[in-house]
This record gives sequence, structure tokens and C-alpha cells, in this order.
Amino acid sequence: MTNEDIVQAIKDIIITIAPDEEVAGLKLDVSLRDQIELDSMDFLDIVMELRKRYGVNVPEEDYKELASLQSCVDYLAPHLADKELVAH
Amino acid sequence: MVDLPRIVITGVGLTSPNGNSLDEYRANLLAGKSGVSPWEIRHFGKTVAGQCDFEATRYQSRKALRRGTRAGSIAIYCSHEAVANSQLDLDHLGRDRVGVYVGITEHGNVETEEQIHEVSQYDFDLSFWSHHHNPRTVANNPAGEVTLSLPVTGPHYAIGGACAGGNLGIIQGAQMLQLGEVDAALAGGVSESIHTFGIFASFKSEGALGHHEDPTQVSRPFDKDRNGIVVSEGGCMYTLERLEDAQRRGAPIMAEILGWHVNSDATDFVLPNPERQNQCMRSAIQRAGLSPEDIHIVNTHSTSTPLGDIQECRAVNEVFCDSSKTSINNTKSFIGHTMGAAGALELAGNLPSFTDGFVHPTINVQNLDPDCAMRGLVLQEPHKNDKVETILNLSFGMLGINSAVIIGRPTF
Repeated sequence: MTNEDIVQAIKDIIITIAPDEEVAGLKLDVSLRDQIELDSMDFLDIVMELRKRYGVNVPEEDYKELASLQSCVDYLAPHLADKELVAH
Repeated sequence: MVDLPRIVITGVGLTSPNGNSLDEYRANLLAGKSGVSPWEIRHFGKTVAGQCDFEATRYQSRKALRRGTRAGSIAIYCSHEAVANSQLDLDHLGRDRVGVYVGITEHGNVETEEQIHEVSQYDFDLSFWSHHHNPRTVANNPAGEVTLSLPVTGPHYAIGGACAGGNLGIIQGAQMLQLGEVDAALAGGVSESIHTFGIFASFKSEGALGHHEDPTQVSRPFDKDRNGIVVSEGGCMYTLERLEDAQRRGAPIMAEILGWHVNSDATDFVLPNPERQNQCMRSAIQRAGLSPEDIHIVNTHSTSTPLGDIQECRAVNEVFCDSSKTSINNTKSFIGHTMGAAGALELAGNLPSFTDGFVHPTINVQNLDPDCAMRGLVLQEPHKNDKVETILNLSFGMLGINSAVIIGRPTF
């Protein structure tokens, strides 16, 4: 999965869990919570969807790595290198 | 009740399998239009059910819909509609002075079945069990979702009363107003039960799930060929206020709650007890300061089961056999059994009788069971009464819980 694919994967998950939000214009290096309405339960949803869609387990101490799209790419790239983007 | 404040209904919001507003629902009850249709659910397969098609996104974002439960969504829709209907200004009243009391038959089965299905896809690895499960399945969920949505900050909880839940919600709201705990109560009942396969399977195992080639004719209380209930979803929430508060703000007063009673059979898990039902009715009538002859409509609970209907008819006959002005009907023949919503929703179906004078019929009775014959039973076509000033609404439930609520036409 390329970095662009990872960004798309996270956006796809956000579209699922927060369908009222507009994800097209999300900036890479700004906290997701500063751009759209996401609370702690939503972040747990992101973690759950990563587990279901890509088999990636994000331990609790690493939740902070999912703060922005760029930090997601940095953290998830090694885990998703050999995975394909799941169409949703 | 003479020393306690009088309680009135100033608004109603509802969703029924045959209507998403009181006007639409009432029109379909008078037109004989059923709300039961084919339904298919995981594991159980094809059956019938009463399904609601209210516009959930009128009051909820798509995210809120995804996070919450169907019961919560129904309660939110009905509560917003009830507040709007009553023209109550929550900010002026004080949002901390509004209580939310939601009757339920059960809650949590839908979400639990869903999660078990979900983890079964992952070899029962519980790391796939949703973090949403607890807030979705706590018993106060439907009422709590209402407080989040409106928002209001007074007390909220659900009242578990099996299929008497809707009446119990109304009674709880009225009592809290009388105690001065709140200044407005959003009270009634909801059900999401059609989304759990377990309820269909259990009724089938009991031999109590109805069937007929025509879905609209499955629910046929009092008919000789009835063979069981139709499970339905629905909701109905009322705005309740003390009479003097309602009059002070010039609220539209739809009815006064004149009396109620709740008791227990203490005889069986599922089989009803007509002697206790009789006592429940008589106690409610006495509390309202009335006699059976003063009741103009009795809305029965009968669910279209062979034995349960006979038991209730026996109890109703004993109380009302000498009441020449009492009409008797059944709303489940149109919408099936809306479980926790039934008491509140069926009362709403009759409430417009105060203004239009009609008693909606019991439909689907092609061959009246002689054991269900009752004086004043309204069948197939609406009946025009000389006057309708009082309505007694019956709702009973498993474990032997009986409830009766009496409302009166506003006379002030």
C-alpha cells in the first residue's frame, strides 16, 4: 500500500464512522480532531476498522500515532506495506 | 388523587407501522389500513412484522444514528415530535426540569445478537467486540439518547415492564410531575424488537407467533382463526404537564390523565390471569372517581393468541357487561404488537376520539370467536359514539404485569 493508499484507507474509515463529515479537504499534518468532529469513541472505531479491514492491531499506547493523516501514514506504513487498499 | 396535581397530555409524537404522525395514524385506523408487511431476519428467515419508516435524519445526524440504537432513534423522533406538538419552549421552561421516561419490553437483545454475529466472523476473537456495546445496551439507552438529542438535563430512565411498558412510562411521568420532581415529562414507550431474531424464535417456540398467507391479516384478535402475535416496532412519547402549568402557558390540552393502576398476577410466567386484570381495571376506574358505565372506550391489549385473548375478554366482560355506553376495540389488529410501545401507541390511536367521536374498529375479525364476544365490541368499521369522554387503555405483559390508564376529554 502506498502512502496515498494509506491516506485513502483512513479517509474511507472516517467516511464510515462519521458520515456527516467532509473528508476530501483534510490536511495531512493537522490533527484530525482539529478539522472534523471526532471523539474518543470515534478513534476506537478507527482502531477497530483497521483491525477488521487490514488485520492491524494498534495497541492503546500507540493511539496517539493516529492523530493526523500524516502521523497515520508514518505509523501504519510498515504495517500496511504488503496490504492492498480495501474498496469501500 | 384528590390532593395531587392534575396531569394533562399536551403533545404526542409517534411512529407506528401505519403512520408517522397522529393524524396519519388515526386516518389509517379509521380507514382500516394495516401496517403489517413481510419481514425477513437473520437466522429466523421469512415472517411478518410491523415496520416503521419515519424519517430518522429529521432529528439525528447520520453519525448519531450509527452510534445509537434503533430504540434510541425511535425515542428521539417521538420525543422531538411530542415537544413540537405541545409547543413547549424548553429553554423557557428550563431544560433541567424535563424528565424522560421510556417504557420498554426489553432492550439490548438487538445489539447483543449483532455483536455475537460480528465476532463469529472472526472465530469469536473478542477483540472484535464493539466498544459501543455497553452504551448501546444499558437499559436507560433509549431515554438517555433522548436527553442527548434534545438536549435536556432532568432525570431519564427506562421502565422495564414487558408489554405493559408503554403504559408504565406514562404513569411514571405523571407520578414524577405530581411529586414535583419535574415540570414536564416526556413519557411513553418504544420497541425495536423486530430487529432481534430471538424474539421471533422464542414466540415460535411457544407456539405464539402468528401466520397467515396475507401479512395484513395475521394479527386478528378475537377471530376464531387467530394463531399468534405479530411482532412490531414503534414508539409513542407524550408531553405531560401539570394542568395548572399547561393552562398558564396556554398549552394545547389533548386529554387529562384521570387514573391508573398496575398490579401483578403472581400466578405464571406467561399465562395471564383474568381475575387480576379485572382488579387492575376496577382499581383504575375507582381511582379516577368513575364507574364502568362512565368508560366510553376500552382499548384492549389482546395480542391475537388463542388463550390470551379469551382471558382478557373474560376480564373485560366481567367489568363492562352492564355498561351500555362502552365501546371496545383493539389496535393490534392493525399494527401488530409494538411491545414496549404498545400501551402508549394504542392510547394515541384512540385519543382523537375526543374530537372526532369515532371509535376505531378491530379489523380482521371474519369469524368472531364466541369466547371473545363482548358487548360494545367494534368490528371492521368505525363506530360513531354519541360522546367520547373517557378512554381506558389496557396493557399486560409477561411475568403477570397488568396496567390500566384512563384518560378524559379536556373539559376546561
